[in-house]
Amino acid sequence: MEAAVDIRNLDKWFGKLHVLKGINLGVASGERIVVCGPSGSGKSTLIRCINGLEEYQAGSIDVDGMRVQKKSKTITAIRSEVGMVFQHFNLFPHLTVLENCTLAPVYVRGLKPKEAEDLAMHFLAKVKIPEQARKYPGQLSGGQQQRVAIARSLCMRPRIMLFDEPTSALDPEMIKEVLDTMIALATEGMTMLCVTHEMGFARKVADRIVFMDHGEIVEQAPPAEFFTSPASARARQFLDQLLRH
Amino acid sequence: MNALEIFFNPDIAARAFPILLRGLGMTLLLGVTAIVFGTLLGLAIALVRLFAPLPFRLLAAGYTDVMRALPVLVVLILIYYALPFAGIVFSSFTAAAVALSLVLGAYSAEVMRAGIQSVPHGQFEAASSLGLGFVRSMQKVVLPQAIRLVIPPQASNCVSIIKDTSLASVVAMSDLLKQATDAQALFANPTPLMVAALIYLAILWPLVRLTGWLEHHLQRAYQR
Repeated sequence: MEAAVDIRNLDKWFGKLHVLKGINLGVASGERIVVCGPSGSGKSTLIRCINGLEEYQAGSIDVDGMRVQKKSKTITAIRSEVGMVFQHFNLFPHLTVLENCTLAPVYVRGLKPKEAEDLAMHFLAKVKIPEQARKYPGQLSGGQQQRVAIARSLCMRPRIMLFDEPTSALDPEMIKEVLDTMIALATEGMTMLCVTHEMGFARKVADRIVFMDHGEIVEQAPPAEFFTSPASARARQFLDQLLRH
Repeated sequence: MNALEIFFNPDIAARAFPILLRGLGMTLLLGVTAIVFGTLLGLAIALVRLFAPLPFRLLAAGYTDVMRALPVLVVLILIYYALPFAGIVFSSFTAAAVALSLVLGAYSAEVMRAGIQSVPHGQFEAASSLGLGFVRSMQKVVLPQAIRLVIPPQASNCVSIIKDTSLASVVAMSDLLKQATDAQALFANPTPLMVAALIYLAILWPLVRLTGWLEHHLQRAYQR
């Protein structure tokens, strides 16, 4: 299978802090990966490197065969292939839900406003909130905002979706609607990399769990294997803590 | 002769009024010119100060410091009386417009820098992760959000700069104040000065109120 993302010997420092240490990770097209690990393990930083939101100091990242480099022209091409959903939604508060979704298709893809609106309505229907299209983000609940954020990314018709703790900022009763949206996306064959603590979701949709700690990938395994018999002591400890509460 | 006839002589007021109105025209033209160029300059300096390579950022910071430290009148006199020695001669209107724009540019830059910085970093990240470039992100995402926070203090800067247009009378520009002092000399009576003061008040008082209103209605962040 063709590699959608190919990360080799990746190193990143924040000043003197070595946050990613020789990461190697390949993601096949259509593959769904959940990245988990304790906080500060570097999992968010890792996926933020994939679309160039963070720079890296050594190694390489290729997305669809294009090298991720901050100061290069390919970065725009890469970013329009890679959708990203943030923990805090980061919707544009001065634009309506519909305008949030049409902005990039119009100015990056060069779609006509009418085409972009049709596209946006299609994806808003898909995340089940077409009736909120004319509202502003501030008028929506957290769960609705996150679904808009997912629709906004999908409007760029990305080949890969990155999720950076998409449910961590949500009230418990809103987590399900967002996870359901992500599950629907997974069933359609979207290539996905999700940083999340939602182990139920991981078990259900992930092809592979990548467990990180202290800037390293400690182990990777299919969920059945990872949850029943984790190979490393660190993963066992992490799972114990997750399951205890 | 009572005080009213000396300071508010209706006859002199009527004769001086057309002269004063011509001055008012110049004052407003100068004010608007300074506001347009000063605000644009301020935006440019704020962007340089926030996003340009380090040497340019330092230059922008130095510029805003110097222009805010120098008295406006000193800047104006340097431009009008000192630059001609370097072969650069401006008319009194141009000199005043340049001086006021340079100074307003510095104050505007500070206000706009604060406005842009108050837009959460996640907004930049969301815009760039959608593939929007720097210019588009600024134009469509960051500046529209910053502007709400910038308008009230910038309105206050504009009021100050309109008041500072009266300094142009020092370089013999026939603004409202200059016309008033000329008329006072012509009629040998302070009435034109009093009328000019009232005209300043009539224009600026509503603007001062407006700034207060804008602060009350605009200066709060978006609901997130």
